Amino acid sequence: MTQNPYLWLVPLLPLAGAGINGFIGRRLSKKTISAIALVFCGAAFGMALVIAAGFSSASAPYYCDLAHWLRSGSFQVDFSFYVDQLSLVMLLVVTGVGFLIHIYSVGYMWDDDGYYRFMSYLNLFMFFMLTLVLAKNYLVMFIGWEGVGLASYLLIGFWFTKDSAAAAGKKAFIVNRIGDFGFLIALFLMIKHFGSLDFTHVFGAVQSLPQETAGAGLLTAIGLLLMVGAAGKSAQVPLYVWLPDAMEGPTPVSALIHAATMVTAGVYMVARSSAIFDRAPMAMMVVAIIGTLTALFAATIGIAQTDIKKVLAYSTVSQLGYMFMACGVGAFSAGIFHLMTHAFFKGLLFLAAGSVIHGIGGEQDMRRMGGLRLYMPWTFLTMTVATFTIAGFPPFAAYFSKDEILWKAYSSPNGSWVYWLIGVITAFLTSFYMFRLWFLTFFGDYRGGPTAHDVKHESADAHAVHDKHAQEGHDHSTPHESPWIMLGPLVVLAILSFVGGWVGIGGRFEHFLAPVFQSGLTSELAHQSSGEAAGKATELLLMLISVAAAVLGFVLAWALYFRRPQLPARIAERLGGLYRVVANKYYIDELYAALFVKPLIDGSTTILWHGIDQGVIDAAVNDSATAARIISDDARHMQSGNLRSYAGWVAAGGAAVIAYMVWMGVTH
Amino acid sequence: MVPLSCYLLLSGILFVCGVLGFLIKRNIITIFMSIELMLNGVNLSFVAFAAQWHSLSGQVFVFFVMVVAAAEAAVGLAIIIAVYRTRETLNVDQVNLLKL
Repeated sequence: MTQNPYLWLVPLLPLAGAGINGFIGRRLSKKTISAIALVFCGAAFGMALVIAAGFSSASAPYYCDLAHWLRSGSFQVDFSFYVDQLSLVMLLVVTGVGFLIHIYSVGYMWDDDGYYRFMSYLNLFMFFMLTLVLAKNYLVMFIGWEGVGLASYLLIGFWFTKDSAAAAGKKAFIVNRIGDFGFLIALFLMIKHFGSLDFTHVFGAVQSLPQETAGAGLLTAIGLLLMVGAAGKSAQVPLYVWLPDAMEGPTPVSALIHAATMVTAGVYMVARSSAIFDRAPMAMMVVAIIGTLTALFAATIGIAQTDIKKVLAYSTVSQLGYMFMACGVGAFSAGIFHLMTHAFFKGLLFLAAGSVIHGIGGEQDMRRMGGLRLYMPWTFLTMTVATFTIAGFPPFAAYFSKDEILWKAYSSPNGSWVYWLIGVITAFLTSFYMFRLWFLTFFGDYRGGPTAHDVKHESADAHAVHDKHAQEGHDHSTPHESPWIMLGPLVVLAILSFVGGWVGIGGRFEHFLAPVFQSGLTSELAHQSSGEAAGKATELLLMLISVAAAVLGFVLAWALYFRRPQLPARIAERLGGLYRVVANKYYIDELYAALFVKPLIDGSTTILWHGIDQGVIDAAVNDSATAARIISDDARHMQSGNLRSYAGWVAAGGAAVIAYMVWMGVTH
Repeated sequence: MVPLSCYLLLSGILFVCGVLGFLIKRNIITIFMSIELMLNGVNLSFVAFAAQWHSLSGQVFVFFVMVVAAAEAAVGLAIIIAVYRTRETLNVDQVNLLKL
């Protein structure tokens, strides 16, 4: 353990940027706002690079105790930060990809009225995300955890005048609360049984629990509750429903929060708690099953979506499923590896999709795109890299990480061929829907924009609007390439998506993370040494199969959406009900609405609102007021101002007193 | 010698007359006189007891009451005059508001 007194600067820098832009951004020029946002975010990235440059396994982990927070008897929680190999990877991914997306946002959001607000929220998000990954104990992590939820709510509902955006923001927040509830209970359990929330203490206490009883309840409960939290934040079944709706936010938000960083917090948290999960095989199995189910489930929904961002959203959910599958079979480093490559290629996919949307004037429906490779060559090129990456073609980045996950799912002691098979099917589906998106968007003829007939009959009014749009660079009729400030991050991310996986060749990435996942690795090694020769051949075979699945997806998408574009509609028609079910996302939203939301609203309306609020609380207040009025109404008549009635009351009172005294005198 | 009970009976009759007059009469002057009647009813019982127990304090109290009654009569009559000037009536039922 080595102290690094400057660690706290990393999260605090973006917070400063958020504060400046948030409080006085309204009065600043857009150039100043951009400069503030980029400088503070870039400085955090710079510091992350400095930390990475000085990082050595010998002196790791680094820590920094900033201040005391809670002290109660022997229980104490401090504001302290911590960097080990795992945090370092997350730190670089978050600040690096985050910084690129900040740059991109300058171009994408330039014309928006709430520009300063947007940049401030982005910086705020960076602060919370960095707090999350740098935390030294679960409570500081929880601050970041809740904070990214808040930032996510603000950014999803950024265009809050739009009903659907405001509703999506609320939905994300509320669904996340369900997960947070689980996380919080897990923290309470840790406090109760380990008396600490510090990672080092908790994991030490977990290690020292006797082997036989460890999995018998406590650790399984903690693991499952942590998984509930992770499922909420990382959009896993059954709490994934918020992520597709979150696409209501501006595209950079989707890229930053709902692809590259925030949704990976759940994976990070599970990986961080690997010491707990390692001792709780039941919880591990649940993680793996949830991950596998989510991967397949979301991929099937992705096939039938027509909104370009929705496809990417479901693909995000599906890829996160892969990461949980990896964590669930004990291959935490493979999960983190995929997390990293996913941050590159999914960030790129979203940003490229944003560039497409930007270039054709806000259209998101893929059926109204097409042929865009001629209009926006750079976007096309980068999107191509991203598509081939996510599909798992070698030597793109995700090939390495996905292959690692699939191999581990098959070979690890906790794994099974079932996980592997579903993983391969998902890989095939992923490849199919991504190439479907690719062909629909960039190939064929442009299907959007007004036809010649429309142009001729455009009114003068429409012309004026059109001219205004053309000046702003939002001409609807001819798609155009995005400015360089948006393309720059795309190119950088494309390069990263291409080469990012190479760090994993020969197990180097796994080796780097090994000190964090010590216990997991030992069982891994034991397994590998047992069947080394057979393993190599199997690994090669499985690799070929997964690549074949990717190629098959490509060929199928090519056949359906490039060679015979009429075919998909006919197939959809033939499938009828099945297609409708998939296109409507298995009616999960409707199911949740009927099962949870509607009873909740009805119960709140009839019992809580009409019953308790109106019937008990309001009624108590109103009725006591009415009672006071009725009594006073009678008492008021005593004070009529009439002298003789006063005299009468006095006389009556006097008579009563005398009568009482006489009576008392008699009884005594 | 007249027994004490006769004095007390007379005192009680005078007091009740005063109370009834106070409650029934509408004219302020009459009400005022009813008050005097009540005071003197009480005075009578004071002197009766004083004579009975050969104690001077009862007599002294009566002087006090008479002094206070005289002062009260002066103030009360002044108020009655002021009321009559502003309201042109001495009927208490019509004088039931402090504001004019």
